[in-house]
Amino acid sequence: MAYTVSRPKMTLAEKMYLPAIVAGLIITARHFKNMLLGRTKVLMQYPEEKWDANLPEYYRGAPTLVKDEHDRERCVACQLCEFICPPRAITIIPAELPKESKFAKVEKFPEEFKIDMIRCIYCGLCEEVCPEQAIYLRKDYTITGLSRAEMVHDKKKLYELGGTMDGLVHKWNPLK
Amino acid sequence: MDWTLISIILVSAIKTLAIIFGVVLPMVSYTVYAERKVSALIQDRIGPNRVGIPLTLFGGKKDFSFFGLVQPVADAVKLLIKEDFTPNHVNKFYYWLAPVLGVAPALITLAVIPFGSVLNLDPILVPLGNFLGFDLGLGNIPMVIANVDIGILFIFAISSVGVYGIVLAGWSSNSKYPFLGGIRASSQMISYELSLGLSVIPIFLLIGDLNLTTIVEYQIKHGWLILPFGPDGFTLQRFLLWIPMIISFLVFTVAMFAETNRLPFDLPEAEQELIGGYHTEYSSMKFALFFLGEYAAMIAGSSAIVVLFFGAWHLPFIPDGSGGGWLGLFWGMVNIAAFFGKVAVILIFFIWVRWTLPRFRYDQLMKLGWYFFFELALINIFIAAIILAFVP
Repeated sequence: MAYTVSRPKMTLAEKMYLPAIVAGLIITARHFKNMLLGRTKVLMQYPEEKWDANLPEYYRGAPTLVKDEHDRERCVACQLCEFICPPRAITIIPAELPKESKFAKVEKFPEEFKIDMIRCIYCGLCEEVCPEQAIYLRKDYTITGLSRAEMVHDKKKLYELGGTMDGLVHKWNPLK
Repeated sequence: MDWTLISIILVSAIKTLAIIFGVVLPMVSYTVYAERKVSALIQDRIGPNRVGIPLTLFGGKKDFSFFGLVQPVADAVKLLIKEDFTPNHVNKFYYWLAPVLGVAPALITLAVIPFGSVLNLDPILVPLGNFLGFDLGLGNIPMVIANVDIGILFIFAISSVGVYGIVLAGWSSNSKYPFLGGIRASSQMISYELSLGLSVIPIFLLIGDLNLTTIVEYQIKHGWLILPFGPDGFTLQRFLLWIPMIISFLVFTVAMFAETNRLPFDLPEAEQELIGGYHTEYSSMKFALFFLGEYAAMIAGSSAIVVLFFGAWHLPFIPDGSGGGWLGLFWGMVNIAAFFGKVAVILIFFIWVRWTLPRFRYDQLMKLGWYFFFELALINIFIAAIILAFVP
């Protein structure tokens, strides 16, 4: 079935195309002039000026581990984050707590906890799934390194980046 | 020892080296830089602004960023040290030949362009000659490498050879996207060469000579051809001739855009953004040669526009360099600077149009070339001829 597309009727000026060219040239010249005179402010010179002060609270940067207010690590090596991580960036080797500890028969701890930052996609699923609220995404987004080995964050580095957070795991602290 | 002949050859060689390699090739690199900067400013951003003098490489404390003016040097170094390989599915002879055919015509057309009046280097050469014991005075050196009588015909003929570069590049790459890009580019360039040649015939009807230096001398006596008046004042013939001159200028400029594959006629390059284009299979130095050839063709085209319509090196109240002595040398240099200044303005116009207009579709492009511009150029010749014959 032939379907005729109706095209709009063009005036003589539109058909000649030259007036449209001149109008377009004037628009681009105006952009050029405004940039030269400094009237357009769309730019941030990146390494000198950063936007870090305006990052919202829910911004997803690099994942880190946290300790609680008694300086114990919160992670109990349940490996839920390892299984939910989409690019499989997290590697955990769980181990038994030493026998002297009060919690030796109740919890485990991670002997080794590695996040490969080359694989991490900063999705935040590990933070969502953790039942102990042990892994948090901070605001750091410029993770760089000169070798692949340097880009794997191990446990020590993760705790160093994470710091301490207190009073959030509701199963151990009553809701205030 | 025929010193006259040797000095002529030596002066020609020095002019070629100094102008082509000393001025045009750096100008090509800085045209790329200007394109990046101007297109960035039009798009509300700033272009390269960090590559300056890298003092930290030499042990200094801080780099100086001179508005990114050293960026072309960085580009050239990158292109030189990149790996240059030949895929094994290409036709090797034409694959190696094509970039050469892309660059050489663009540079050769610059041989007939008068980029200055004359340069009288005697204030420097004569004392040097007296010191060395020879007579080194050369008199007024004409600032055109080859003052041939066929002038503009040479430019048209040699730039037609430039089509071979693209066709061979597309064909030898032995793959469908370069092939299509090459075919489209060749048909576009051939179609617009008609309008290119026919559109400037009114100028030759008026002046009566194809020699570019004669054209410049006519424009000095009677005013630039783009203006309807000159030092003679307003004459009816000249005023009526302004209409075919303006049409001629427009058609020549549009055809020059199409010849150099610049937007809005840049289908061969657009496939580079979308798919491939005729230089898909080319790596470092051969790609650099294509790039260089394209910008050199732009410079050659802009020079042709300036020579034919804007009076080449002439500025209204400035003498040419034939006076002699240090003052003549100074004015000779000013004329050369005026020429390159006008070429720079036309190049910025090329870049300005690139970021204003959308690309033409292939059938629209061919219709424009064959139906519209060809006939417009033909009618223009008749109008100019009638005015010249019947208006005193």
